[in-house]
Amino acid sequence: MIPGSEYVIEITYIVAAVLFILALKWLSSPVTARRGVWAGEAGMVLAVAGTLLYHGIVDYKWLAIGLVLGAIIGVPLGNVGMTAVPQRTALSHAFGALCVTLVGTAEFYLRAPNVPPFVMSVLSLEVILGGLTVTGSLMAAGKLQEILPQRPITYKGQNFVNLTMLAIAVAIAVRLVLHPEEMVLYPFMVGIALVFGVMMIVPIGGADMPTVISLLNSYAGLSAAAMGFVLNSKLLIVAGSLDGASGFILSVNMSKAMNRSFSNVLFGAFGQVQTSAAAAVEARPVHSATPEEAAAILSAANKVVIVPGYGMAVAQAQHKVRELYDVLTKKGVDVKFGIHPVAGRMPGHMNVLLAEADIPYDKLMDMDEANPDFPQTDVALVIGANDVTNPAARTDVGSPIYGMPILDVDKARTVMVIKRSMSPGFAGIDNPLYYLDNTLMLFGDAKAFVGSIVRELTGGGGHG
Amino acid sequence: MVKADLINSLYVFILAAFIGFEVIRRVSPLLHTPLMSLTNALDAIAVVGAIILAGEHKSTLATVLGTVAIVAATSNAVGGFIITDRMLKMFKSSRTQKP
Repeated sequence: MIPGSEYVIEITYIVAAVLFILALKWLSSPVTARRGVWAGEAGMVLAVAGTLLYHGIVDYKWLAIGLVLGAIIGVPLGNVGMTAVPQRTALSHAFGALCVTLVGTAEFYLRAPNVPPFVMSVLSLEVILGGLTVTGSLMAAGKLQEILPQRPITYKGQNFVNLTMLAIAVAIAVRLVLHPEEMVLYPFMVGIALVFGVMMIVPIGGADMPTVISLLNSYAGLSAAAMGFVLNSKLLIVAGSLDGASGFILSVNMSKAMNRSFSNVLFGAFGQVQTSAAAAVEARPVHSATPEEAAAILSAANKVVIVPGYGMAVAQAQHKVRELYDVLTKKGVDVKFGIHPVAGRMPGHMNVLLAEADIPYDKLMDMDEANPDFPQTDVALVIGANDVTNPAARTDVGSPIYGMPILDVDKARTVMVIKRSMSPGFAGIDNPLYYLDNTLMLFGDAKAFVGSIVRELTGGGGHG
Repeated sequence: MVKADLINSLYVFILAAFIGFEVIRRVSPLLHTPLMSLTNALDAIAVVGAIILAGEHKSTLATVLGTVAIVAATSNAVGGFIITDRMLKMFKSSRTQKP
């Protein structure tokens, strides 16, 4: 071994930790954000190179195979389409947690039966969090990719069953801390965590995905930090706590945006949206409009705010929306976008899709920026968003979403809603927005409808 | 010795969590998706643990689990950095954009 190489390794780790923190700091603005990725990459390469110098490594064959194979799998995972980003993210939570769980398991069998109580405690935390994140994230990815049914599956006593399972896993962990020689218990602890991950996601529906993905992100980070404690690796503790903190902040943001308490989210009670009396919706009259009428109103407007939702992603309408943005901007209309924190299937989902369609990011407003603008807005155009625009959240105490912060589109002079039909949204809650006098319903596929509006605006000269 | 390690690790954990909160609070909601994919990629630093595990070759089980762990973490790092950069490249301001 080269003398002093252990210091070299430690120094690469310290530099890597600094680079990781800088990477996140630079992410605070889109102007410096790409520098953040480079800092992260440099830190990663440095730390891996440093580790390869470690004197205890006797065989490089498997390392080489693992690194090459990982890179081969990683490249296509990095090149998925932007609409597949939520499921890709869920899958990468699963991979990260898988790595942590496998390393924890190997460490247990290497050290058992002589595992000090503290090490056994963090190791249990590591594999329980890791295990439930692996299967939970795979379930989430499956639902997002629509391989698994997206409908939430609920049954009586679900929370009781889930909490009991978690309690048993924790009880086994406590037993192992006190008696690490009872190695036969270990597989049960991991097994229950794996099953718990599946059960945890079973009651989750699409609208809850942003919260769930953030929460799984947080778990993955915390399990990595726990692994850092087991291996006594400061770098891993730093990276894990950064990831854990990020997931935690996003989970809190998402639960606030859905008006759920954080404990409600933590205990997996999300997804249990009360099936309100959605059946009692009487057939109230709505005003509907054709693409020609919509185009006429839009071109007469001074200020338009477009509110996209998951429906825009499903219909792949973002490029047509960009064309609409272009043609209206050219006519001198001020077009901006109002984006709700839980629009779509993960935090920031809409921003990425609109950025992909080349819409400048300074036109994208978050909820706090957009809401003061609506009273001065001529047209609010809602594309594939439903619950996040529902005024019942402000006014109707009986509504399941009462208290949820919404985009106040109803305060705009005219509201136009592109929607396939009058069927209620995912949560089965009726939206009084659709029956307002200043609301026009534009029935049809989001992509096709926006396309026809664009054709009207560009082709038909006399309509403007 | 082990106790000192533990206390040191706790210090690092607490301080890193604080830095994490302060830094990540400032990330614009605009970039929350790239934030998640970037922290995910950084989390793949767990690969260093897996490398030591597989490289030390203390038992067949450890080598096998370690190698699979390397594959999982490396694919996360590679894929995570690629997609984060692809996303960030798309975010353009109307001032820098050509009409």
